[in-house]
Amino acid sequence: MTQESTERRVVPTFLGMPPFPDAARAALANGQLRTNLARATTTIRLKRAVAVAERPDWQELRAAGEAIKDDVLANLPEYLERLEARVTEAGGVVHWARDAAEANAIVVEVARAHGVREVVKVKSMATQEIELNAALTEAGIDAWETDLAELIVQLGNDLPSHILVPAIHRNRGEIRDIFTAEMGAVGRPAPEGLSDVPAELADAARLHLREKFLRAPMAVSGGNFAIAETGTVVVLESEGNGRMCLTLPPVLVTVLGIEKLLPTWRDLEVFLQLLPRSSTAERMNPYTSMWTGVHPGDGPGEFHLILLDNGRTDTLVDPVGRAALRCIRCSACLNVCPVYERVGGRAYGSVYPGPIGAIITPQLRGINRHPVDKQTSALPFASTLCGACFEVCPVRIDIPEILLHLRGQVIDHKRARLVPGPERITLGVAGWVFGRPWRLAAAQRVGALASRLLARGGRLRRIPAPGWAGAWLSTRDMTAPALRSFRALWRDRHPTENGKRP
Amino acid sequence: MRVGLFITCFNDTLFPRVGQATVDVLERLGVTVDFPTEQTCCGQMHFNSGYQDECLPLASRFADAFAGYDAVVTPSASCAAMVRHQYGGLARRDPGLAEKITAMPPVYELCEFLVDVLGVTDVGARFPHRVLLHSTCHSVRMLHIGDRPRRLLSAVDGLSLVELPGPPQCCGFGGTFSVKNPDTSVAMGLDKVDAVLATGAGVLTSADTSCLMHIGGLLSRRDDPVRTMHLVEILATTGELS
Repeated sequence: MTQESTERRVVPTFLGMPPFPDAARAALANGQLRTNLARATTTIRLKRAVAVAERPDWQELRAAGEAIKDDVLANLPEYLERLEARVTEAGGVVHWARDAAEANAIVVEVARAHGVREVVKVKSMATQEIELNAALTEAGIDAWETDLAELIVQLGNDLPSHILVPAIHRNRGEIRDIFTAEMGAVGRPAPEGLSDVPAELADAARLHLREKFLRAPMAVSGGNFAIAETGTVVVLESEGNGRMCLTLPPVLVTVLGIEKLLPTWRDLEVFLQLLPRSSTAERMNPYTSMWTGVHPGDGPGEFHLILLDNGRTDTLVDPVGRAALRCIRCSACLNVCPVYERVGGRAYGSVYPGPIGAIITPQLRGINRHPVDKQTSALPFASTLCGACFEVCPVRIDIPEILLHLRGQVIDHKRARLVPGPERITLGVAGWVFGRPWRLAAAQRVGALASRLLARGGRLRRIPAPGWAGAWLSTRDMTAPALRSFRALWRDRHPTENGKRP
Repeated sequence: MRVGLFITCFNDTLFPRVGQATVDVLERLGVTVDFPTEQTCCGQMHFNSGYQDECLPLASRFADAFAGYDAVVTPSASCAAMVRHQYGGLARRDPGLAEKITAMPPVYELCEFLVDVLGVTDVGARFPHRVLLHSTCHSVRMLHIGDRPRRLLSAVDGLSLVELPGPPQCCGFGGTFSVKNPDTSVAMGLDKVDAVLATGAGVLTSADTSCLMHIGGLLSRRDDPVRTMHLVEILATTGELS
C-alpha cells in the first residue's frame, strides 16, 4: 500500500487469514451466520434438485460437459491461439497475463490510456482472484461492483463467501443496514426509511447503480465461456447489470481464465443447460450476453480480452488435479457441502470457497510444485470426503479424489522435513503397528489395559489428553478398546487353525 | 465358497461384537467364514490423511492376506470402498501391488454380499424396536449400496424402520477430519444428533461403526439414551435386545 492509497478505501483481502480449522471455529461461533447459511443453502439445494430432475438426460449432459472440457484442456494452446486470432480479426485486442500482477497492470494501463477514473464491474471470479479492485484503488481508479450481492459485499467492506451469491452470509436486515449506512458515501444514498423488503432493497440498488452505469467510461467483466471457433465471449447473469456494463461504457475489458474456452459455438448448448440448472436452479439463464470483438455504433468501441494464467498451466500439468480446471463456477458443490453449510465461505480464505475452492486454491497457489503456507495446506483437509460435491458437479469433477491427491502432495512436502510433527509420528507408529499382526495384537492388549484403567461402561469419557485423543474426547465420548479384540476371540475359538490359509 | 472375513482394524479393536455378529449371520445362512489372521488394516486412515507411501505396505498385506479366497466380506462400507476404489490408484505407485490386486478376490460390504451374492433379504432376525437407519456417505456414494440396508432391515421381524427426511447428509466424522477439524465435525454431528432425537427412534444403525461412534459419542456425552448398533448386530439378533 502506498501512502496516497491509505486515504482511499482499503479493499479487504483474504491474505493472512487463519488456517481452516481456526477460521471455521470462529465462523461456527456466529449463530446469525449459521442460520443465514443453513437457510440459504437448503433453499438453493432443493431448488437445484428439482431443476435437475426435470432433465432425463442430465447424466448424459454431465458426461458431455466433462468431455468437452477435457478436450479443451488437452488442446489448450491450439484453442487459445484460435480464440486470439478470431477476437483480433473482430477488432478486439488480446493480452496474455502470466499472473495477477500482469493482468492488473494491463487493466490499469487501459484505464489510464483513456483517463478513466471509475469503472463498473460485472460480477467476475477472475477479477476477484487477481484482486483487481485493490489494484485499481491503488491506481486511483474507483471500481464499482454492480451485481447486487457483490455490491452488498463491497459496500459492507466485506469479503465474498460464495461463488454465485457472495453475500449469502447476510440476511435482509443486515443488507438494509449496509445500504443505509454506506451508499451515500460512494454515490446516491439509500432512500429514507428503507425497509428490508427484498423489492425495496433491489430498488435502492437499482437507483444507486443506475447513475454509475450511465457515467462510467469503462467496464470490466469476466467471462463464463469463450468460443475459440468464433472469438465470442459469453457472460451469464441474472440481474441485467451485466448487460448494462457490457453495452453502455465505450471501453470494455474482460479478464478470462485460460480454461474458460469452448471449442465451438455448438458446445454452448451443453453448458447453457448445465450451468443455470446447477447454479441458480433456473431452466434458462435470464441474461446471456455474447459478443464478438467490436461493432461500430453498437456496444463498446474498444474491447480488450486478457487471457489469465495465474497458476492454471501449473495445474494443467497435474494429471489428477487438472480436472479441477473443468469447473464452470456454478457453486452447486458449495450448496450441497455439509462443511460449507456450517462454516460458510470465508473460512476457506480464498475467493474460491467450498469443495471446489479446496481443490482450486491450493493448485493455483502451486501446491504441486512447492510447499505451500499453512492456510493453503489445510484446505485439502477441510472435507469429510462425503462425496456430495462430486454427485452434483455438472462437469463431473471427482472432488474427493482430487482432495486426496492434494493431501498426498501436502504430506509429501512435509516428508522433506527432518523433524517429524506429532501427526507424522502418530501415523508412523500406527503404520508400524499395522505392519505385523502380532504388533496389532500387542497394541490391542495395551488398549485393553487402558480400558480397564480409564473406561466407564465401555466408554472413555472426559479424559484430558493431548493431540487427536484430546480433540475427540473434549466433546465426544469414545468407545473404549475391547477387553478382548476380535482376533483374540477368534484365536480362543479356533486354537488350532491359527491363521490357516485356504 | 471360501469367504474371508475382513474385520477392519477399527471393529477388531473397538467393536469385536460386530465381527462376531457378522460371523453369526453368515454361518446361519450356511456360509463358512474364515478369518485370515495376517490381516491388519486396509490403510484407509493413512491414505485419506495423505500418507500414501505408508499405505502401500498395508494394501499389499491386505492383498496377501485374502489371496485365494472366493470372496472377502466386511462389515464396513467405508473400508470396502477404500479397497475397491483406491487400491487401483495406489498400485500406480507400486507394480508389485498392481499384480497382487488383480489376483484379489472381490470385496463385498456385508449388505451387498447378503443381497447380491446370497440373494437373501430375510436373514431370520427378530428385533422389535424402532430403528433409525443412518445412510453413510461411503455406502451411498462410493459403493452405491442403494436400498440394500433398507431391504435387510425391513425384513427383520418386529422392526420398525425410520429414516431421516431428505437426501443423506454426512454426520461429520470423516476419519481424521473428526480430530483435525473437531469443531466443524462436532457441529455437523450435533445437527445429526438433533435430527436423530427428533425421530424418537431408540436405536441408531448404519453400515459403518465409525460414523456410529462419532454420533454415539455425542449422544453418550449428552447422556441421550439412543443406542447405536451396527446393522449386522441387528441382523444377528434373533430374540430380545440384550
